[in-house]
Amino acid sequence: MTVSGITRAALIRLRNGDRIAHLVTLAFASCVLLIAVLLVAELYASSAPSRRQFGLGFLFSRDWDPVAEQFGALPFIYGTAVTSLLALLLAVPFGVGAAIFLSELAPPRVSGALTFVVELLAAVPSVIYGLLAIFVLVPPLREHVQPFLQERFGFLPLFQGPNYGVGLLAAGVVLAIMILPFIVSISREALMAVPREQREAALAVGATRWEAAWHAVVPYARLGITGSVFLALARALGETMAVTMVIGNSPTIHASLLSPGYSIAAVIANEFTEAMSEMHISALIQLGLVLFALTILINALARLLLLATARKGAVGA
Amino acid sequence: MSYRYAARKAVNGLMFTLAGFCAVATASIVLFILGFLVWNGARAINWEFFTQLPKPVGEAGGGMANAIVGSAQLLLLATLFGVPVGFVAGVYLAEFGGRWFPAVIRYITDLLNGVPSIVIGIFAYAVLVLPVKRFSLAAGGLALGLIVIPITVRTTEQFLRAVPVSLREAALALGASKWRVVATVVIPAAGRGVLTGTILGVARVAGETAPLLFTSFSNRFWSTGWDQPTASLPVMIFTYAVSPYEDWHRQAWAAGLVLLLLMLAANVLARLVLAGRGACRS
Repeated sequence: MTVSGITRAALIRLRNGDRIAHLVTLAFASCVLLIAVLLVAELYASSAPSRRQFGLGFLFSRDWDPVAEQFGALPFIYGTAVTSLLALLLAVPFGVGAAIFLSELAPPRVSGALTFVVELLAAVPSVIYGLLAIFVLVPPLREHVQPFLQERFGFLPLFQGPNYGVGLLAAGVVLAIMILPFIVSISREALMAVPREQREAALAVGATRWEAAWHAVVPYARLGITGSVFLALARALGETMAVTMVIGNSPTIHASLLSPGYSIAAVIANEFTEAMSEMHISALIQLGLVLFALTILINALARLLLLATARKGAVGA
Repeated sequence: MSYRYAARKAVNGLMFTLAGFCAVATASIVLFILGFLVWNGARAINWEFFTQLPKPVGEAGGGMANAIVGSAQLLLLATLFGVPVGFVAGVYLAEFGGRWFPAVIRYITDLLNGVPSIVIGIFAYAVLVLPVKRFSLAAGGLALGLIVIPITVRTTEQFLRAVPVSLREAALALGASKWRVVATVVIPAAGRGVLTGTILGVARVAGETAPLLFTSFSNRFWSTGWDQPTASLPVMIFTYAVSPYEDWHRQAWAAGLVLLLLMLAANVLARLVLAGRGACRS
């Protein structure tokens, strides 16, 4: 064989190396897809007994009685929805305000330091929020905040009934603190992606810093901020430990925020290891399926919104 | 005119203060959390906590040595399983991607990242616990590994993409084939960034509790193997915090402090690794 023949063979082998590398990495990337498919298939298959038994009525029934094998998801859906909405109500104004401050108003050095600290907040494990909530948040809620709410706003059904400290309000407050860093950091990124000209034009016609931020920058980043809110909502819906520790764990539906409730994630966390019958496990897995579907839906929406802002930012710049 | 101007200035000042208050208040929550944990945890922590097994209910004292080792085992399993898969998939997205498939994978990865960890736990339960009817270390490791994968995919891709095109072009111009460029030029150049992402990803799952509740479960004694129930720090914090015993509350604070310090250390370490890169460049 000639020298050029050998080098040609080597070259071909190396090109094949490229192909092999491509295929190997492609296989690993497909694993991600495979995991997603398996996840859905497993949840769907394992919840079959409960789906067959209760059908769509599962979502609208208020009975949850493991002994009588009657399972309905409504109290948990209610608890999850109320605590998540409460958390958004508390966290969104606060978080967006903080994001505007960090990206538009603060001096860069202050902004950098505060952003790092806020990101640390996102790294604190859920169970530690729960620990603090039990011993630091619930006692003052029980002794000061909730009696005050009852006294002043007791005419509203929202603040009636007995006061245990633990309950929907406590869970909502913990959730609000937990989703705050997500809203702040993603909204901040959306605001930072707004082209400079947008600010400069507003400042050039005599707007104050706040007016430039509020009238020129925030509307531009609207989609991104909405995306951050949806992302935070998805987090709140699936949040387990901290909620389990303070929501009160009672599968009932009350109008009052002071009453104990239950969330989808919390009931799975509490009852899964103790579930004896196949139907009970299957019903819990179906709850997992409901939770999965909800968070996927909201996440998908949030990601689309964020993609849209990224594209808009690129065009604007 | 000047009256309106004064009013606008006032609004500006007011909103400046309000927004600043929001930011500072958010940041100070971290200080509150750290403060409470140090205050309650430092009093509770002692040598026994790190070296002893939990005592039976009602007996004071004892520690969480088995849970500390269990958490380390779980993290090791999760890292061994999750990081390689996530890393290679990330290399595909950054370097070998075709036209539409990478976009699909990227979107799915983001969605997986948003799946509640307890749902991942149900999956691991259905795959590894239900067939053998036994909680196991392996199932917990699987659950945590599945959470690590999407995090690693995205950080790997992000840092590989940050490697300048000129580096790749220089290597390609010398006649290196694509996989050699990726393996010997791009990946080493992005090494520190990828390492940072991995540290943060593993640190995040170190605090995960929900997926462990019904996979690795808990154990009052040393775990004897990968197919046995295993105690972990987060699950111990949960069990002890919701228990009615004063001494268990004390230990929950101690465990919380240890977990949070580990978390902070990982974050600071990740920062230092990244800062090291900056120093090398300049």
